[in-house]
Amino acid sequence: MGFQPIKFYQTGTFTVGNRLLPPEQRSVQSGMERANALNSGHRACQGCGEALGARYAIDAAMNASGNKLIAVNATGCLEVFSTPYPETSWQIPWIHSLFGNAPAVATGVAAANRVRARKAGLPDSEVRVIAQGGDGSTTDIGLGCLSGMFERNDDVLYICYDNQAYMNTGVQRSSATPPAARTATTMPVGPEPGNTFGQGKNVPMIAMAHGIPYVATATVADLRDLEYKVTKAMSMRGARYIHIFVPCPLGWGSASNDTIKIARLAKETGLFPVFEAEYGEVVNVSKIRQRQPVEDYLRLQRRFAHLFGKKARLDVIERFQQMAEQNIRNFGLLADEKVTVGFRSSEHRK
Amino acid sequence: MLKQCEGSHAIAEAVALSRPEVVCAYPISPQTHIVEGVGELVKSGALKDCEFINVESEFAAMSVAIGSSAAGARTYTATASQGLLFMVEAIYNASGLGLPIVMTVANRALGAPINIWNDHSDSMSQRDCGWIQLFAETNQEAADLHIQAFKLGEELSLPVMVCMDGFILTHAYERVDIPEQEKVDAFLPPYSPRQVLDPTNPVSIGAMVGPEAFSEVRYLAHAKQMQAIELIPKISREFQDIFGRESGGLIRPYMLDDAETVVIALGSVLGTIKDTIDEMRADGISIGVLGITSFRPFPITAVRRALSHARRIVVLEKSFAVGIGGIVATDVRMALDGLDQRIYTVVAGLGGRNITRSSLHRVFRMAMHDQLEPLHFLDLEWSIINRELDRERATRRSGPIAENILRDVANAAKIG
Amino acid sequence: MNKPFAITLNVGSSLENKTGTWRTFRPVYTKRLSPCNNACPAGEDTQGWLFHAESGDYETAWRHLTQENPMPAVMGRVCYHPCEGACNRGKLDSAVGINSVERFLGDEAIKHGWKFAAPAKESGKRVMVVGAGPAGLSAAYQLRRMGHQVVIFEAGPMAGGMMRFGIPKYRLPREVLDAEVQRIVEMGVELKLNAKVDNILTTMKEDKFDAAFLAVGAHIAKRTAIPATESSRILDAVSVLRGMEGADKPMLGRRVVVYGGGNTAIDVARTAKRLGAEEAIIVYRRTREKMPAHDFEVEEALQEGVMVRWLSTIKQVGDGGSITVEKMELDESGKPVPTGEFDTLEADSVILALGQDVDLGLLDGVPDLTFQDGVVQVGDNMMTGYAGIFAGGDMVPSDRTVTVGVGHGKHAARHIDAWLRGSRYEEPGKAELANYEKLNPWYYTDADKTVRPMLDIIRRQSTFDEVQGGLNESNALFEARRCMSCGNCFECDNCYGVCPDNAVIKLGPGKKFEFNYEYCKGCGICAEECPCGAIKMESEAT
Repeated sequence: MGFQPIKFYQTGTFTVGNRLLPPEQRSVQSGMERANALNSGHRACQGCGEALGARYAIDAAMNASGNKLIAVNATGCLEVFSTPYPETSWQIPWIHSLFGNAPAVATGVAAANRVRARKAGLPDSEVRVIAQGGDGSTTDIGLGCLSGMFERNDDVLYICYDNQAYMNTGVQRSSATPPAARTATTMPVGPEPGNTFGQGKNVPMIAMAHGIPYVATATVADLRDLEYKVTKAMSMRGARYIHIFVPCPLGWGSASNDTIKIARLAKETGLFPVFEAEYGEVVNVSKIRQRQPVEDYLRLQRRFAHLFGKKARLDVIERFQQMAEQNIRNFGLLADEKVTVGFRSSEHRK
Repeated sequence: MLKQCEGSHAIAEAVALSRPEVVCAYPISPQTHIVEGVGELVKSGALKDCEFINVESEFAAMSVAIGSSAAGARTYTATASQGLLFMVEAIYNASGLGLPIVMTVANRALGAPINIWNDHSDSMSQRDCGWIQLFAETNQEAADLHIQAFKLGEELSLPVMVCMDGFILTHAYERVDIPEQEKVDAFLPPYSPRQVLDPTNPVSIGAMVGPEAFSEVRYLAHAKQMQAIELIPKISREFQDIFGRESGGLIRPYMLDDAETVVIALGSVLGTIKDTIDEMRADGISIGVLGITSFRPFPITAVRRALSHARRIVVLEKSFAVGIGGIVATDVRMALDGLDQRIYTVVAGLGGRNITRSSLHRVFRMAMHDQLEPLHFLDLEWSIINRELDRERATRRSGPIAENILRDVANAAKIG
Repeated sequence: MNKPFAITLNVGSSLENKTGTWRTFRPVYTKRLSPCNNACPAGEDTQGWLFHAESGDYETAWRHLTQENPMPAVMGRVCYHPCEGACNRGKLDSAVGINSVERFLGDEAIKHGWKFAAPAKESGKRVMVVGAGPAGLSAAYQLRRMGHQVVIFEAGPMAGGMMRFGIPKYRLPREVLDAEVQRIVEMGVELKLNAKVDNILTTMKEDKFDAAFLAVGAHIAKRTAIPATESSRILDAVSVLRGMEGADKPMLGRRVVVYGGGNTAIDVARTAKRLGAEEAIIVYRRTREKMPAHDFEVEEALQEGVMVRWLSTIKQVGDGGSITVEKMELDESGKPVPTGEFDTLEADSVILALGQDVDLGLLDGVPDLTFQDGVVQVGDNMMTGYAGIFAGGDMVPSDRTVTVGVGHGKHAARHIDAWLRGSRYEEPGKAELANYEKLNPWYYTDADKTVRPMLDIIRRQSTFDEVQGGLNESNALFEARRCMSCGNCFECDNCYGVCPDNAVIKLGPGKKFEFNYEYCKGCGICAEECPCGAIKMESEAT
């Protein structure tokens, strides 16, 4: 069974907390004692989805590990806005090395922890490791190291905060940028404006193909689901991957207060399937609750503004809708539908 | 314990005696036998409490090393040539973060053209990377330098490269005195990191530093290398006290007293040079040799003192800076600033070319008579070069240089 | 640790960087007016008491509720709950069953014997209340809470007014009414029964009252001129319903015709059915859509076998109960006009339910009063033209419902209190309405309204048992928790969670939250994602 929704009639599963819930049903974020691993004073833009996603994820991991956590950060927005000398926003042991090596650095940290545990006579390290980065470091420059970490099944939880472009360098296209999106390197000019259709990688599926113990996707719009997945991942050993959808007001040209709404629409349209997989096999999907047309999602973002207005590209919007439909079919995102993608369970990993 | 063994094996044993906690490696010739040896020691259980990680690239190898070192583990890796270049970004990062990783560089040429044989182009390409670079003359010294490197790096919080000539040393069977574990333990205390990723005392390592402090950070890196100038001889003496043999240090003078001509070199070629000098001394020629063990930091004061009586210096280098010439020679000139001495650069042994005693005799004698041009390439086949240059002048698309030269070499052999 | 300069930093040091300076808009916690509160004629803080009920703290909920209305058990049965009509949840699935939770709380209070506290301090002022109906009881309760001495003069033999003499038992069991009246009396309110006031000024002077609140109700049935023979049995609904409270029940016969289309017509028809009438036929001149009676009551009556002749008027009541009915039709403006077509019904009795008038006799001789349409005019402060005499309920212009009466009583009490102190009560300004657009309904779990149990149909046709059942503890809690807390923080922690800058400070259970403006960048996510619309963004420029 996957995420168990809170049966609470007022807001239940959907809000961060609820004063009426028993302690065991409360989210980490609702607690006054949450770690605030990424503390105030960081320099992320107003409404930054990545800053939010990182605190959600790391606080949950801190909670799951009894605050025995080390984080390795790839170069990128998250690193730059959190640790400009002389101030750091992190409250946990944290290291930034390079753009493309966070998974490998994390492997090293995990190895050091394991040796220390063995010297202390423990079967495994109590101190756990998370590596994190944006979509650029994950899907592009760091994919080699990520794949290596997966393949060796190193005891690392890798978290990708996917905002679908190189935001730190000024919004350039990455292999996670959606088609038609305007970026600084895929301008909305010419006959086919924006990013090219038919490109890009699906790193969650690539991760699944490694047969690692756990792969999940999540969004900042569903905190409880995200916390559940981080907590579950932290209860496991070996290589684990969580891909979190984090809107970027700056890069997407969205209102700073729409960050969560856009993430919610990404899931409810079917454009971003939210699921979890174990050993390559999809074991749960988050069903669409209130299905929305892709247009509702696209309209809120200026990076898609060229699809609307006088020279509206209904054909392109329709292609997006087809992408959503395909996700809905593949992952069985509607009630009563079944998953049709994924791999057979990798028995040798268990 | 004396052992007749391959150089790589001796290094594996020395590394294991240093009790590393994390070893990671990606295979590249001629480094392979070293990490294979360490891997076997870990797998067999001979080296306890050590994680051996087979990574997917040299970039990952150095990155894993960064992670484990930052998490407080004594960390070792090894590479060579293209592998060293592939990890360059991480190499600079490791020194910038002050992580005392020890890495063997089994020196090998850089391509293209691809070449697996020895020269110093790989290490020299990293002379500015902020690592300490120690060059071993023999397998005994290479083994000893690894043990010293951990102590040195950890005391300074700086990474150390131990450079040893690929194949010439790594694959050579020699007699090596493998130290006893107790003595190594007495010499090398457990790693006590200056900074560590520790949940009970969290810090943020690897901040972004802007113009307001970047120069200071860089100067402090330089200051640390200057501290190493003091520390390297100290550690060498401590090593001698425990193990009873001289190993390491900044420089290694040989027949230097009153030598009019002094040859400077790094690594295993010092052996051939010493043999040549012995022969020349027998002929009454006033010549000596200065081995540079510590290339980074470059021991300017020690070199200047050692060369103060020399009239001329021949720097024999297994690499060169294309477009200007000697790399080591440039540093030597810095050391001798203001002194009136002739300094010759002899580039030799590139891509595994043999450096023969007869060639050395010839070139040293030319130097003695000041008949050597400032930048000399030892045993260069000028007929091939001139033909190729002619061809290029004649035809724009004259074909690949390497292929042309190989054809010329074959033709020369037939003619010969 | 002797850390390397600049590249290694002490954790949490970014607190030095006060990002609040980036802000152009600031979030502010606000309390908006929930539509249910806005719609309640009694001015109940519905959202406020539901908040406590949600946590299962029914006594606190009841105490919160009864600040505005002392009779929730009654109200939970007879109120036509405009709150539910306004409830935002109705736009999501179905309105919160506010009325049923109110009844549950009222019943809990009776079950557990919860009492009102006596006033902490006596004011020394005496106020007379005329009429022990909803308005009079409400005013007496509120005045007593404020420390005034209150004497209720009730003309009838029992308290309750129309709640007792107009609303049938099957809708309001009398023990419920008695319990809630008794609780008010126990606060120290003096209740004089069978004490008709003939002249208000005289009574005030004789008994040294400082002020008076009049709420005598509308008990005089309106008659219409229907040609009828001597032997025809024509009754009025008020008398029939009042007669139900006496020892001898009214004799209505086998076939009963009720004339009228209001709730009273329905009540009396259903009463007739229960008294054994085989036929109870309502004659009404318009269509069902135009009928003033509440549709659910019509529906219940039809279920019980009451019949309705739509578009019909009674022209004549003849001997032996032969009634001539003329068919009507609606003209273009929706007004019924006669068609000239006639029909005959047989009836043992005809009950007129055509509305009621007020007996204004007690105001004879009071100067400066204004009357219009048979009721006395009052100002915004519920005071008549004569200083010190206030009036409310059915005797002033208004909708004639229990809830309106309770609201009048409360409203009047506040003004009387102020007037007694020589000042004027100022209504607090209404907060901005928390309409549906102010909410983020995504966050509310799908949960349909709990349906209250209904008495089975056979018993509804033959007994005066209460038709509609109450909620039990578990489904009352469920229902309370369907409340979306429109416009008012219910501590869902969303703002605390969704802030990317940790700029929301959680103050602990019951203490809600504060913004930390040192770090708040003003992104507005908290306001956008607040489920209930309790955060607004304000420009920093102002």
